[in-house]
Amino acid sequence: MAMAEPLVKKDDDRDYEDYSPFLGVEKGAVLQEARVFNDPQLDGRRCLQVITKLLYLLNQGETFTKVEATEVFFAVTKLFQSKDTVLRRMVYLMIKELSPSSDEVIMVTSSLMKDMNSKNDMYRANAIRVLCRIIDDTLLAQMERYLTQAIVDKNPVVASAALVSGIHLLQTNPGIVKRWTKEVQEAVQSRAALVQFHALALNHQIQQNDRLAVNKLVTSLTKGSLRSPLAQCLLIRYTSQVIRESSMHMQTGERPFFDFLEACLRHKAEMVILEAARAIIELSGVTSRELTPAVTVLQLFLSSSKPVLRFAAVRTLNKVAMTHPLVVTNCNIDMESLISDQNRSIATLAITTLLKTGNESSVDRLMKQITNFMSDIADEFKIVVVEAIRSLCLKFPLKYRSLMNFLSNILREEGGFEYKKAIVDSIVILIRDIPEAKENGLFHLCEFIEDCEFTYLSTQILHFLGNEGPKTSDPSKYIRCIYNRLILENATVRASAVSTLAKFGAWIDSLKPRIFVLLRRCLYDSDDEVRDRATLYLNMLGGDALAGENDQDVREFLFGSLDVPLVNLETSLQNYEASEEPFDISTVPKEVKSQPHAEKKAPGKKPTGLGAPATSPTTAVDVYEKLLLSIPEFAGFGKLFKSSAPVELTESETEYAVNVVKHIYDGHVVFQYNCTNTIPEQLLESVTVFVDASEAEEFSEVASKPLRTLHYDSPGQSFVAFEKPEGVPAVGKFSNLLKFIVKEVDPATGEADEEGVEDEYQLEDLEVVAADYMLKVGVSNFKNAWDNMGVDRERVDEYGLGVRESLAEAVSAVINILGMQACEGTDVVPSNARSHTCLLSGVFIGDVKVLARISFGIDGPKQVAMKLAVRSEDQSISDTIHEIVANG
Amino acid sequence: MDTESCPSIKNILLLDSEGKRVAVKYYTDDWPTLAAKLAFEKSVFTKTLKTNARTEAEITLFDGNIVVYKFVQDLHIFVTAGDDENELIITTVLQGFFDAVGLLLRNEVDKRTALENLDLIFLCLDEIVDGGMVLETDASVIAGKVATRGLEGAGSLSEQTISQALATAREHLARSLLN
Repeated sequence: MAMAEPLVKKDDDRDYEDYSPFLGVEKGAVLQEARVFNDPQLDGRRCLQVITKLLYLLNQGETFTKVEATEVFFAVTKLFQSKDTVLRRMVYLMIKELSPSSDEVIMVTSSLMKDMNSKNDMYRANAIRVLCRIIDDTLLAQMERYLTQAIVDKNPVVASAALVSGIHLLQTNPGIVKRWTKEVQEAVQSRAALVQFHALALNHQIQQNDRLAVNKLVTSLTKGSLRSPLAQCLLIRYTSQVIRESSMHMQTGERPFFDFLEACLRHKAEMVILEAARAIIELSGVTSRELTPAVTVLQLFLSSSKPVLRFAAVRTLNKVAMTHPLVVTNCNIDMESLISDQNRSIATLAITTLLKTGNESSVDRLMKQITNFMSDIADEFKIVVVEAIRSLCLKFPLKYRSLMNFLSNILREEGGFEYKKAIVDSIVILIRDIPEAKENGLFHLCEFIEDCEFTYLSTQILHFLGNEGPKTSDPSKYIRCIYNRLILENATVRASAVSTLAKFGAWIDSLKPRIFVLLRRCLYDSDDEVRDRATLYLNMLGGDALAGENDQDVREFLFGSLDVPLVNLETSLQNYEASEEPFDISTVPKEVKSQPHAEKKAPGKKPTGLGAPATSPTTAVDVYEKLLLSIPEFAGFGKLFKSSAPVELTESETEYAVNVVKHIYDGHVVFQYNCTNTIPEQLLESVTVFVDASEAEEFSEVASKPLRTLHYDSPGQSFVAFEKPEGVPAVGKFSNLLKFIVKEVDPATGEADEEGVEDEYQLEDLEVVAADYMLKVGVSNFKNAWDNMGVDRERVDEYGLGVRESLAEAVSAVINILGMQACEGTDVVPSNARSHTCLLSGVFIGDVKVLARISFGIDGPKQVAMKLAVRSEDQSISDTIHEIVANG
Repeated sequence: MDTESCPSIKNILLLDSEGKRVAVKYYTDDWPTLAAKLAFEKSVFTKTLKTNARTEAEITLFDGNIVVYKFVQDLHIFVTAGDDENELIITTVLQGFFDAVGLLLRNEVDKRTALENLDLIFLCLDEIVDGGMVLETDASVIAGKVATRGLEGAGSLSEQTISQALATAREHLARSLLN
């Protein structure tokens, strides 16, 4: 047997680099070799080689068929005869890798149980880990006694093996593991560091729902000192949990355990210091004073020679900078030296932190440093930097020039779609928010589309240019760039460019003749859409001296937004059948329907820049409309204005589940009660809702449509209709009583008794509120819509909203009261904002468009005030909106 | 289950200088298929290839995970955990594995030696993390556990000194799979 031969040979072996002892190892051959496991006289060394090869194959991703795995498993069990320790350990590994079936497990149980009682501690520890990985409940119960003994074994390796196995078993057999509490708690006091760590982890997982126990544990352990840094990290996590829960119950007073966390900042192990610093930073409502010691230790980490430490520190400080930028400014000098860090993740985090904490005077210097750095980081980091620069620019508007230059420079460089889109979005936002930046920004965008490979970005920029370009001091300079698109680009971009040209023509009379010339050339374009658009706009702008429509109409058409949701339009177009009658867009429902169960979509993402406000509603309104039209009593009410979302009138899990949908007509209101019978032994008949409208003076009941039968678990509807003054947003409160005849049902046959009993069931009250008369209808460009509405029908007033929980809560309350659609993502309030402007749009009953612009502000003691400006097509409606707010 | 309050490791990878597997161990289902695992290994290898992780461990954020890594000769070692994990705990695991392998291979840590002693590498992976839970981080203890030798009853680890343990490891090292 040539021992160590390859090692001797290595100097003169030219192929050394490619050498592998597993070269050419192949499954079939190794499975053949595994027969040596069955030899009566085991060759330990040979067996070890074969078992290593088998594990090698599995580790490389090779799989065994069921038959092969069973064969290998049985062969491997023979190896328990060998006394070779390393071989035995490899057998353990192999059994774990093969994850045997329960009848196979029985084959090895006795061998493993024997090892568990061996004098060799390594056998004991590993046998425990293997057994716990493969056994079922009954076997576990049998060996429970051994495990609890092992937990308190004097050998730390054995104790840890049992504890860690307990942590895994807790997922599958919580009942059994929870009985080990006494032994586990004894192990927490162990002198062996890792045993303490494992015992603490298992103990906490056992009692995690027992708040008192956790509290007690934390109280006693924070007084002593744990040996293992890992255990100390766990204790810090449990302490934060206790702090979090106690702050929910106690509103005032000292923060408990803060001293402990602060003391951990002076621990000798860096992992504990970091853990404690993180814990302090994540305390809810943390103050600057509490943050300071944590930030100080992190600052020391920033200049460490270890990249991991620098990374951990800068990542944590970056989070602090989002909420408490001033606390982090002390670290700015250390942070700046990290911009040139070899590790690009560290550099990017440093830059974005600096951008959050930097002051106005440091902007120029920072921008210079970033410029050098941008070329060698990945796109995903670049996007992070671009977003940080965008918010910096909004913070220091005076610096727009250098920031805009930076953005335009990086826009010219290489980059993928997401990166370019982030830059373009940022420029667009700067143009919208900083008027001085407009001309400069538009110029950069024009330059970009001269050589832009992304159709989406080109069309979006052209659209934006059409809206903003005509209002600049020298609009004519953009015409060349737009016309170049008509010559050079694909059909989609050309069509976009035609629309943009038309907008310039509509807005600026002096440019009209030139625009006509350009548009006429497009009449010969190879693409249908481009020709159609050119023809349409030429006629509309009166290019052929057919000036019929007035300028206002033309502008409304070109600049106004489509006032129906695209999804509704799509549905209506699909339902439209070609006939003599042309498609009428005014028949398309305008209500933005939100999906009933998908309302809680992640609100974090703020739609910004060019992306149109994304609404993906389905139209329940069509279903309702059809349903109501089919009921003769309601057919004469006219066009359905709005249907509310269902309002629950019963608690969940009651005998009868009822919710109501409010259908609003011009002069009527129909309540649709959706009833579900949740008792299998009952059949309900003649189900009606008796409505008491004494607290709704302007309403009088005109019709009621009972539900004939209501079977178990198949919902049905009962209706009640009211008359109300035409066009008036009348409000009121209604109390509801469900009346019905109950019949017993034989569960076996499903047949109901002949005789029934009258019964009634009190439902919760229902209110008709002002928001019911408002349709959520968004506009795609609020600013244009607002400008077009004109200032003459505007009404402005200020309101104090008193003490509110947060600004975000106040904003959403006002939006709910008005029932309007928030535009441009302004319903999302940044977490630490002190003021916020919200843009709302809607259609009020009588088909009156309403826009509202609300500025909120919050002061120290959470007093919220707001300034509400309303513009609508009808002055009296503007007043009504103010009344709603004043009464709300 | 409240497992997030306990540090947990998602995988440990030992790759060669071309990104091929020497030995890997996954502890979670984040990468359910072989293809997903290989794709992860490839991208993590490519992403870190140009960095210098030879003297100190390096770190990167990657697909919502933290990867801490260190290179030695023609071996690239990675340890992955979730991105809210304490970076220094992950580093301790990496360092424990790195040093334990160094002890077991007598500081001759390269792909060839690692493959020749692959049984020790597998045992080392098994002794450092169990099902995602950190089992032991002290390199000499890990190496000692892997290298215990001798017949049953010949004495447990506690009675053996580490130097004895390492001497048996040396003996083990001399064996070759090609014979």
